[in-house]
Amino acid sequence: MAQRIDVKDLNIYYGDFLAVQDVAMTIEPESVTALIGPSGCGKSTYLRTLNRMHEVIPGARVEGSVQLEGVDLYGSDVDPVAVRRNVGMVFQRPNPFPTMSIRDNVLAGVKLNNKRISKADADDLVESSLHGANLWNEVKDRLEKPGSGLSGGQQQRLCIARAIAVKPQVLLMDEPCSALDPISTIAIEDLIGELKNDYTIVIVTHNMQQAARVSDRTAFFNIAGTGKPGKLIEMDDTSTIFSSPAEKSTEDYVSGRFG
Amino acid sequence: MSITDSPPRAGTRAVRRRRSSDRGFNRAFRWIAVGAGVLILVVLAAVALFLLWQAWPAITAGSTELASAVPRYPEETSLLGYVGPLVFGTLLAAVLALCLAVPVAIGIALFISHYSPRRLSQVLGYLVDLLAAIPSVVYGLWGFLVLAPVLTPLWLWLNENLSWIPLYGGQASTTGRAMATVGVVLAVMILPIITAVSREVFLQTPKLHEEAALALGATRWEVVRTAVLPFGRSGVISAAMLGLGRALGETMAVLMIISPGFSYGLDILAAGQHQTIAAYIAADFPESTGLGINTLIATGLALFVITLAVNMTARWIVARRKEFSGAN
Repeated sequence: MAQRIDVKDLNIYYGDFLAVQDVAMTIEPESVTALIGPSGCGKSTYLRTLNRMHEVIPGARVEGSVQLEGVDLYGSDVDPVAVRRNVGMVFQRPNPFPTMSIRDNVLAGVKLNNKRISKADADDLVESSLHGANLWNEVKDRLEKPGSGLSGGQQQRLCIARAIAVKPQVLLMDEPCSALDPISTIAIEDLIGELKNDYTIVIVTHNMQQAARVSDRTAFFNIAGTGKPGKLIEMDDTSTIFSSPAEKSTEDYVSGRFG
Repeated sequence: MSITDSPPRAGTRAVRRRRSSDRGFNRAFRWIAVGAGVLILVVLAAVALFLLWQAWPAITAGSTELASAVPRYPEETSLLGYVGPLVFGTLLAAVLALCLAVPVAIGIALFISHYSPRRLSQVLGYLVDLLAAIPSVVYGLWGFLVLAPVLTPLWLWLNENLSWIPLYGGQASTTGRAMATVGVVLAVMILPIITAVSREVFLQTPKLHEEAALALGATRWEVVRTAVLPFGRSGVISAAMLGLGRALGETMAVLMIISPGFSYGLDILAAGQHQTIAAYIAADFPESTGLGINTLIATGLALFVITLAVNMTARWIVARRKEFSGAN
């Protein structure tokens, strides 16, 4: 299920403004890759190019190539809708659909992808997805209640269940714990550890301890100053980045000297 | 409160004075707000009382008495039997208008909020708002002089080929002065308000929810279906009810177009079948006296009750699924 991502010579623009410059990166399947860096350095922007969510913003565009198992996501014959079905995303703030029940939230993506699904299959999928997101035991008795009635941490796990219900190859997470309390954060981090057995996971985080705890590889982004483009400074095994990074600015950042 | 009641000290005097004048404004604002709220209730009660008081003689009068006082009053009919067809006609006109206007309004609103380029959407928004500025008497003239002749062939065709559908039965009018034309004109009249309110509601759809749908691989229409429409549902219902309120009370346009009648029939293409309460009152008021006026006011009371009932039903529909509305 998990697939490799190869990024080459990627420049990301908002209109004429170059937001992220010249990224090259290989993201290994069945691993967790963390993107860290100071605010505004473009890591979320970069993350959103991996499932073509970046271009939803008017004027936003990219140059370069992002390949998923050798297929260029930005090829002229590639449908962005199909890309997003293969590359799931979890957002900074939990965003279950407020008008849907917990069950319907989990099934939302599946109902888009293939309209018809038998009740038994749907039940199985709801259960397995909620199990996959470590939420089943907490919500199994209230699947018909609205998803917005859950706690923040539960809502975020519901969003993860919704994302994995469509069986994507890759799961992108944009600061998934920044709106959560420490207990919920641990629950999500444990979950990430389990999910990496099946998915390629890319996570943006502001929390360096979190990056150190959950990720196998870490990429450090930085920005020279306001108005300048963000750049990928270095990428390496997480243990290397946090112990002996090659670049001085990485060391300054991970040791808390700036940012 | 208890803090400001403690004994004064020299250094706190300025602070205390500020607070007491603030409290004055606070109190004044509170009474203005309460007063405005109460005023609505008073006006509503005054209108209801006036209607009841003036309609009472007609409500208590016998059918022979009414027949002698009211022109074209059918023999041996109670007041309810008299008002009934008017209520039916009013509801028929409003429902027709709503059925025609709501889908179009939602379409326009979605196009403006989610499909069209920003420049075009602004122009379109203005144009739709301009529709609301046209006086209803102009709509009446336009409906009578332009729309009715244009629609007549269509009505005749429907009557000829689809008369097995109850709505299209009967003897179709050859002048277009039938309920169907009224429905179309009323639909155009209520279109702007429904469109404007729906557009505002759709624009307020949280980005978060739209992105959630996009990230699951939704097409543009699927984003609208999973995120925008459910979020805007209660707003669209409110918008429709605003439109319905206007359609129920519309006088001039109906009066100028329709050829009136007092039936319970559904033949919306036929002339001389229906009349609405508002148009009926406007038409007969100049030639009525005494008990005749009381009877007209009784029909007005019926319109008041209908409008109230429609609004309360709408509230109930919106409140029923509050749990899922996204307000929490």
